[in-house]
Amino acid sequence: MTKLNLSALDALREKETARLNNPDITRLLICGGTGCHATGSIAVKDALNHEIADKGLEDSVKVVETGCNGFCALGPLMVIQPGGIFYTKLKADDIPELVESHVVNGEVVERLLYKDPATKKRVARLNDISFFAHQSPRALRNKGLIDPEKISEYIARDGYKGVAKALIDMTPEEIIQEMKASGMRGRGGAGFPTGLKWDFARQSEGEIKYVLCNADEGDPGAFMDRSILEADPHCVLEGMTIAAKAIQARKGYIYCRTEYQLAIKRLGIAIEQAKSHGLLGKDILGTGFDFDIEIYQGAGAFVCGEETALMRSIEGKRGMPRPRPPFPAHKGLWEKPSILNNVETLSNVPQIMLKGGDWYSSVGTETSKGTKVFAISGDVNNIGLVEVPMGTPLRSLIYDIGGGIPKKRKFKAVQLGGPSGGCIPEHLLDTPVDYEEIAKVGAIMGSGGVIVMDERSCMVDMARFFMDFIQDESCGKCTPWREGTFRMLEILEKICAGKGEPKDITDLEDLSHVIHQSALCGLGQTAANPVLSALKYFRAEFEAHVNEKVCPAKRCVPLLKFKVDPDLCKKCGLCFKSCPADAIDWEKKQVAYIHVDKCVKCMSCFDKCAFGAIF
Amino acid sequence: MCSNDKLCHEDITHEDITNDMLEKIDAVIQTHKKTPGAVITVLRECQDIVNYLPTPLIDYIAGRMNLPASEVFGVASFYSLFSLKPKGRHTVKVCTGTACYVKGIREVLSRIEGEFDLCEGETDKDRRFSLQGVRCLGACGLAPVMVVGEDTHGEVKPEKVVQILDNYK
Repeated sequence: MTKLNLSALDALREKETARLNNPDITRLLICGGTGCHATGSIAVKDALNHEIADKGLEDSVKVVETGCNGFCALGPLMVIQPGGIFYTKLKADDIPELVESHVVNGEVVERLLYKDPATKKRVARLNDISFFAHQSPRALRNKGLIDPEKISEYIARDGYKGVAKALIDMTPEEIIQEMKASGMRGRGGAGFPTGLKWDFARQSEGEIKYVLCNADEGDPGAFMDRSILEADPHCVLEGMTIAAKAIQARKGYIYCRTEYQLAIKRLGIAIEQAKSHGLLGKDILGTGFDFDIEIYQGAGAFVCGEETALMRSIEGKRGMPRPRPPFPAHKGLWEKPSILNNVETLSNVPQIMLKGGDWYSSVGTETSKGTKVFAISGDVNNIGLVEVPMGTPLRSLIYDIGGGIPKKRKFKAVQLGGPSGGCIPEHLLDTPVDYEEIAKVGAIMGSGGVIVMDERSCMVDMARFFMDFIQDESCGKCTPWREGTFRMLEILEKICAGKGEPKDITDLEDLSHVIHQSALCGLGQTAANPVLSALKYFRAEFEAHVNEKVCPAKRCVPLLKFKVDPDLCKKCGLCFKSCPADAIDWEKKQVAYIHVDKCVKCMSCFDKCAFGAIF
Repeated sequence: MCSNDKLCHEDITHEDITNDMLEKIDAVIQTHKKTPGAVITVLRECQDIVNYLPTPLIDYIAGRMNLPASEVFGVASFYSLFSLKPKGRHTVKVCTGTACYVKGIREVLSRIEGEFDLCEGETDKDRRFSLQGVRCLGACGLAPVMVVGEDTHGEVKPEKVVQILDNYK
């Protein structure tokens, strides 16, 4: 491939756009994200290719494997263009019928369409599905639309137009000015203004500077960075190159979790293609600007999401944070001025260059501009990735887009911000997603994990879960995180085991405040947030565990009695059949009886009983 | 610290490291030796070859890369990817992220532990399975999630998990 200059890039874009928009070509866009791979999309793709070849349709029908579509729970997914018809839960066996009916005869296959959980009706078009209809994709603008392993498809969707503008027409100061005007704040969690961060690094003196991309998505329940890297790796490379021009760096690293193998593979392909097209490496687009990117695989440490720890890790050391200042903008990787931006932040940069900071800031709230990607999961009907304008109420995220809670269960809390965040109860669901508003109610925006919990979740147990996570992930350097969270975990385990004392609750609060004030890094300072928010909104549940030795959500096994309520028992025998320990007596038309001495407390009977008769 | 390559080579004799493996290990070290900060990459690639990192191998890598053994050991013991103990033929990674927890991974984990008589973080006697509780795998849409070797299994229920694992001999 010859290296492109601006006019060659524009010519390639024109040609590719015409190819992709050709109305005579049917494009079968099969999702190839991690989720759909796990549910069998590769077999579906093979079946599609086979069927298309069999029918001799290769010239008019193209099978394209895209990146993650975001609606992972219903995979394997496929969108057929033109028309935007959306098929879910495909199997290889469905393909002959689908090709014959839809592709050849133009008739939609009803049974494979999305079924709305509320109305129970089938919906054919992607854009008519409420999960997608309420979204405004910017960071995710290319998801499910292009083949992430083909740079030409990215170029056709205005790819590398932003970097061309930044490299040819803009000075570093102008780039930073545009970023400042956009109001973009770091999407990794802390929400620091991106333009400001770049400006500090630009002003730092030094021949060698680094642009780093944080793809070490460690927050449990957040998977937007994985999705962006899998679906649209070039937008991250383009964003990094623009950042490099802004701070005058020549070298960049993408620090990616080793668990994200598909993302690493696609990033590798993208880097190679960008280099061979002259869009990365030496003399980019013939402008004389050099910038190279290397992928660095992490090795599994949550704390490496913290910027100074991440830089240590790239240096080949134990990923332990260090006190700031000096800030990385002055002394970062290898002691050189560096900027670290999250994947989602960088993926927005090309569009900001192209359309301007004012375009970006035209949506959002006073202090939080643009859109934010959220990963909705847990006890909610529509699980997946959504991108909405800042300011959207949490209720809309969970009910309009998420489709509400399954099986008519009651909403209990939504966890935002991962291990640094908190649980938000029902009465605060109208809180808009906005850095400041979310912080006011005791959570943080974080990287955007939204985990919905129904009435079956115990908030004491969730607090214990987060404390278990966070104490395990301490790097060991500062005492508050290392020892403080360990003590908190001990107390929470004691409470969940039914051995809590009233003093434990105040001890938890005291320890939380000490850790908040004295831990070394940002992750440590926020480590107690999940406990504090649970205590704030669900204190009664803690008190029930401690004072009455009862777990109201029936989640803490040592507090359960495993008895059958004869009034509620419908004598169906499901509990008897599910018991692996022969601990249940039951005969037809008889109330079941549990032998406590044989019971292994595995919860099988409890889960099976549809009438809540076991407590 | 070791300055003599030949001596180093003789330094390492270990039942789990064959000569073939040693050649590959040497090639890995050779490729990355001059790259600053490459020790994590070298450890990862060496672990891929041997399946875990025996202490003599850590000493060997340190010597060949001209780094203090304590520093390399410090890195190897810090990151959860590295195992200092032998692993089973199949690594079972059970996601213990929030979404999987809410969706019942705890019950899945205890079913595996009971059925195959092994605890989280351990390998069974036949070295068939290593059971690892891992942090969020980013496949929350399929929660609860378990990864066996390279295969991701979504919506794993306690009553199905034994059946899935029976396919891995």
